Amino acid sequence: MTQAEILNKVQAVIAEQLDVEIEKVTPPTNIREELDADSLDIFEVMNQLEDDLEVKLDPDESIVTVQNVVDYIEQTLAAK
Amino acid sequence: MAFKMIATAQQVPQQIVTNDDLAKRLETSNEWIESRTGIKERRIAQTENTSDLCTQVARQLLNQQQLAASQVKAIIVATMTPDYYTPATAAIVQGNIEAVNAFAFDISAACSGFTYALSVAKGYLQSEDDYVMVIGGEVISKVLDWSDRSSAVLFGDGAAGVLLQGTLAADAWLGERLVTLGQQNDQLTSGQLVTGQTNWQAPTQTHLAIDFFQMSGRLIYNFATRTVPVELEQAVLAAGYSLDQVDHFLIHQANARLITQLAKRLKQPLSKFPMNLQHYGNTSAASIPLLLDEEVQQGRIKTGDLCVLCGFGGGLTIGIQIIRY
Repeated sequence: MTQAEILNKVQAVIAEQLDVEIEKVTPPTNIREELDADSLDIFEVMNQLEDDLEVKLDPDESIVTVQNVVDYIEQTLAAK
Repeated sequence: MAFKMIATAQQVPQQIVTNDDLAKRLETSNEWIESRTGIKERRIAQTENTSDLCTQVARQLLNQQQLAASQVKAIIVATMTPDYYTPATAAIVQGNIEAVNAFAFDISAACSGFTYALSVAKGYLQSEDDYVMVIGGEVISKVLDWSDRSSAVLFGDGAAGVLLQGTLAADAWLGERLVTLGQQNDQLTSGQLVTGQTNWQAPTQTHLAIDFFQMSGRLIYNFATRTVPVELEQAVLAAGYSLDQVDHFLIHQANARLITQLAKRLKQPLSKFPMNLQHYGNTSAASIPLLLDEEVQQGRIKTGDLCVLCGFGGGLTIGIQIIRY
């Protein structure tokens, strides 16, 4: 998958899970602070991405922005 | 021979502690607690122990059916906060209500305890003259670290239970599924009791260490929202029903968002998933019977309704019972 495809997927999942407009989910968006996500929301987003991308995602606390999620997924897919 | 539930009852402490009450002492807020868990308030025991709450439940069960205590065959209490290592809480209840012909013991299976206890009780109901009490009771407030806002806000105290009678009816009890994932036993723990090396030469030293509640967040979340619904669906299918045919899903009241996610995974309307955790928090083994009792007493569960009782928690355990009320 290209970065752009991953970004599209991440934006769609975050928008759906957090019930926010997709326009608000930009690469530099801070998921917790700007989208008001808590730890359960992050779990749900990761679970949905795992199911959709068929990959195990086990990120640490460094995931803060949407771009962080995209980069982490890109690395994980590359390592598969 | 199966069982039918002929009475339900509950006993919760009088003291109500709201989220605002907790926010005065912990760095938290009503908004934080309610949005993350759905909990608004919980009951906290003042002087009552688990046996006290369970005894009141037992008395109510007898009164409802005008049953003499001497007719009770067995009393099983599911709890993770027993009064003592020994005697069992159920034995204390037996003594309190003078159920002189009943044998009594506790079951320890955390939040699945009530469903596991129902499974065990089934084996004792061999005639229509057999009556067994199954009660879930907890005083979790007494084992919590009240300075830890991440766990202190989640739990509450209470007891509830059912009176079972043996029945020949083929469609009263429809199936069960009990699962234990023991290799993940360390992912959700509370109160490690016996540890360290015995120093028999220094008898004044104690070797009991109490650890408070701890949980691996994401793993438990995945367990609850992925593993549990799979097991639940399999149990319903194995009993010969579809999820659409179930009238009520009585899920362990751990967290409103978990339950909402479960409903989504099962593709069932949230209206089939009653909740009362907003008033009681997570009462572990008391959670399911407390919900069952309220739904029955308020007429939302009617005779003939197909109900799935589903507990999950420490062990890790999952317990599912399928009944026609």
